Amino acid sequence: MANHAITVTVNGVKERVDVPSNMTLLEMLRQRLALTGAKNGCGAGECGACTVLLDGEPVNACMVLAAEVDGAAVVTVEGLAQDGQLSAVQQAFVEEGGVQCGFCTPGMLISAHALLQRNPRPTEDEIREALVGNLCRCTGYTRIVRAVQKAAQGGVE
Amino acid sequence: MSEQTTNPVGKSVPRVDAYDKVTGAAAFTDDLQFGPGLLFGRAVRSPYPHALIKRLDVGPALELRGVKAVVTGADTPGFIGLYLKDRHIFCTDRVRYVGDPVAGVVAASEEIAEEAARRVVVEYEELPAVLDPLQAIQPDAPLLHPDLGSYDVVPFIFPQPGTNISNVFRVRKGDVEGAWAQCDAVVADTYRVPHIQHVPIEPHVAIARWDLSGEVTLWSSTQSPFAQRDLIAHTLGISQGDMRVIGNYIGGGFGSKAGVSMEALAVAMARQVPGRPVKVRMTREEEFYCCFVRQGLVARVKIGGTKEGRILALQVEYYWDAGAYTEYGVNITRAAGYSSTGPYNIPNVKTDSYCLYTNHPVGGPMRGFGMPEIHWSIEQSVDQLAEALAIDPVAFRQRNCVQGGDVIVTGMTMHPHGLSECIERVAQRIDWGKKEVPSAPHKRRGKGVAACWKAPAMPPNPGSEAWVRFNEDATVSVGVGGQELGQGAFTVAAQVAAEALGIPYEWVRIANPVDTKYSPYEWQTVASRITWSMGNAVKAAAEDARRQILEIVARYWDQDPGDLDIRGGEVVSSKSEQSLSLRNLVVYGLPLPDDQGWIGGPIIGRGKFMPTYVTGLDPETGQGARAVVHYTTGAQAAEVEVDLETGRVELLCIAAAYDVGKAINPEQVHAQLEGGVVQGASSALLEALTFQDGRPVNASFVDYRIMTAVDAPQRILTDFVEVPQDDGPWGARGVGEHPMIATAPAIANAIYDALGIRFNDLPLTAEKIYLALQGA
Repeated sequence: MANHAITVTVNGVKERVDVPSNMTLLEMLRQRLALTGAKNGCGAGECGACTVLLDGEPVNACMVLAAEVDGAAVVTVEGLAQDGQLSAVQQAFVEEGGVQCGFCTPGMLISAHALLQRNPRPTEDEIREALVGNLCRCTGYTRIVRAVQKAAQGGVE
Repeated sequence: MSEQTTNPVGKSVPRVDAYDKVTGAAAFTDDLQFGPGLLFGRAVRSPYPHALIKRLDVGPALELRGVKAVVTGADTPGFIGLYLKDRHIFCTDRVRYVGDPVAGVVAASEEIAEEAARRVVVEYEELPAVLDPLQAIQPDAPLLHPDLGSYDVVPFIFPQPGTNISNVFRVRKGDVEGAWAQCDAVVADTYRVPHIQHVPIEPHVAIARWDLSGEVTLWSSTQSPFAQRDLIAHTLGISQGDMRVIGNYIGGGFGSKAGVSMEALAVAMARQVPGRPVKVRMTREEEFYCCFVRQGLVARVKIGGTKEGRILALQVEYYWDAGAYTEYGVNITRAAGYSSTGPYNIPNVKTDSYCLYTNHPVGGPMRGFGMPEIHWSIEQSVDQLAEALAIDPVAFRQRNCVQGGDVIVTGMTMHPHGLSECIERVAQRIDWGKKEVPSAPHKRRGKGVAACWKAPAMPPNPGSEAWVRFNEDATVSVGVGGQELGQGAFTVAAQVAAEALGIPYEWVRIANPVDTKYSPYEWQTVASRITWSMGNAVKAAAEDARRQILEIVARYWDQDPGDLDIRGGEVVSSKSEQSLSLRNLVVYGLPLPDDQGWIGGPIIGRGKFMPTYVTGLDPETGQGARAVVHYTTGAQAAEVEVDLETGRVELLCIAAAYDVGKAINPEQVHAQLEGGVVQGASSALLEALTFQDGRPVNASFVDYRIMTAVDAPQRILTDFVEVPQDDGPWGARGVGEHPMIATAPAIANAIYDALGIRFNDLPLTAEKIYLALQGA
């Protein structure tokens, strides 16, 4: 297996990593960089638990090869809080009860964050549409949607 | 510690785990790091639903570079199981479902393990498969477990050796045959429920390590660290004292992570490589059919009543499609039997609930534990009977629903509860009786209602234990053995401890992860029993600590402990109006006057709870003094709009109300109800694990859809009433499973109201409804 020496900025920190050709971005984050916030729920790009931002766009990290992210900027759930302060969408998830088991939460937060970046005042339907690739089995989505609405009303990000 | 929430019981404090979960810091089992020594295990699984293993050759796998060991059934001859020990860890001579593990390979990487698993040679001799419970019960059906009579079993489960029946539960109450003649209407129908999957977003994962010292450690995503310790240790001949199970946060369980399923594989694999941790992680495909699935059900129901609106008689036969092993599922059959009337007071009942082996995946516990399945038939049958008697379904339920003081189906006297009020509230919430105008000419609207009950289904004596230990600054560590799987158990435990101690909620820390080596005992985090049972244990532990503190301070002040209290984290005296901070005294004690020594010392409170009053039931009649600890009751109502051109059902509104006894955390109750409603709605409209000749054909998120944020109903109106439970903490009883129970039948009743078509089989897909509309 060929190895690739890549340079990638993860949560603002420049990292140099040697990755095999078949290693996914998710594996690189979890195994090489010990960033275990992004979760492996299906390994097939279907559940959204591994969602991260790749150059600002939400992607399923299990469907991206690590070798492809050379030179890119990646943001994981660990990168949302700044200086120990939760981001508005994180804070809203805490306050509105958008968290139950917490396994979908990292991906949900990234998708919600990306939505609010491109659409600071989304409607409920737009929020639900933006989260359609993030499966949640606990909450029924009600409180997640409410949390995103709250974060949006806070005029966030 | 800026917020100071005193007396937190009944307040919607934020979850104790929320911060860790939104920052990515919360450690799930797959997140744990084991370093370069970590090995990876993979199971070799049967491609046949039923076959004999004729030859097994692990040589080609062992030849592969990086393969460390291969384990087979010859290495794990014992049986394992919760109620009925009917399964091997790895199959020995026979496979009974597609996915049954026949061997396990241990290798240096997941890729090598996968390749090695492919190289294990297994020759099978296919046997005729049993793929339907009605086939399984036939006298000439192929036998799945010829040795059924020799399996270890708990005393309240009744396997029938020589058949595929691994348990039967009967109710004989009153005179059903005599009652039909007194009925003004009798309806009879057959309902079917398919296998579905729990679909936690976190797949099962387990890491095991056998130390050279003999200690065995299992890190697993489990609802049942203690049950896993007990069962795995028993089967593999390990002392429970040497078997340690560590359970981190769980990424959703819903029953799939109760008992033991794939975790024993990891332990058996790790035995071959002492000192090295071995990780086994289910792929999403394996997750769909290699752990537990919900049992399928064929329910035959006959129910009759009088024109005055009384249900007089009920006869039901439940044929559970319980899958290849029923070690846990046998008790679902029992629970279905003792709750077979639904929440109704019916004087004449005849029930036969059969647990049937089939060559399907292992049927096991899933949210509701048989109740969503049986209420699918009960609640539609009640509507059918109401219609035959020309009585409004809500009024009919109010007329017949069980009341406190009623003698219920098993002979137990029902405790006070608020089902009538729940029914009334959900009917109001959807404007019951008011016909709504559809949004388009090709659409039809309807409303439906369903009630439900469920008791914790468990052995008579499942225990809970807790401790409460102070730190120097008067913060408190609370030890629990119950698991946090999203339902909020840790938050409730913290609230209970704070309230009973008299300290702010923010001072409490839950001692997690649960570790059987250090954590107090908990039978399992199942059955909606944790708020009630573990809550009682935590309350007792906190009261024990409080008593110790008051005795010390009373002595220090030379007062009576009865005059002292702890409020807001300070000991106060109603007599002298003195107050004293808990800081330091809870660890270092207090000095006696004139330097004459010290009193007190580190405070640790301990508590336990175990129900002692559940009795046995007569195996022929199902009658006994007290079948269960209690029932949680509730109701749901649905308003739907059906598109006649596509068959698509839109869930306009679902109202849910449950009697929780006491809402320790009201917002978390609402959150449980919302989540349960959507899981129920998803099972109602979308979900079925489908098979071709016993092979699952939709084991992926593409082919097995669960509700997304777009599919889920937007209007979910949740509500609760509080009729206290006599032995619950502040009156609380559980509600974790219940909101899934009434959802599907309420939707089906609403669809009937809209279309006049009764659907007997789940799920209610657009295709099924469209085809029915074409046929109608």
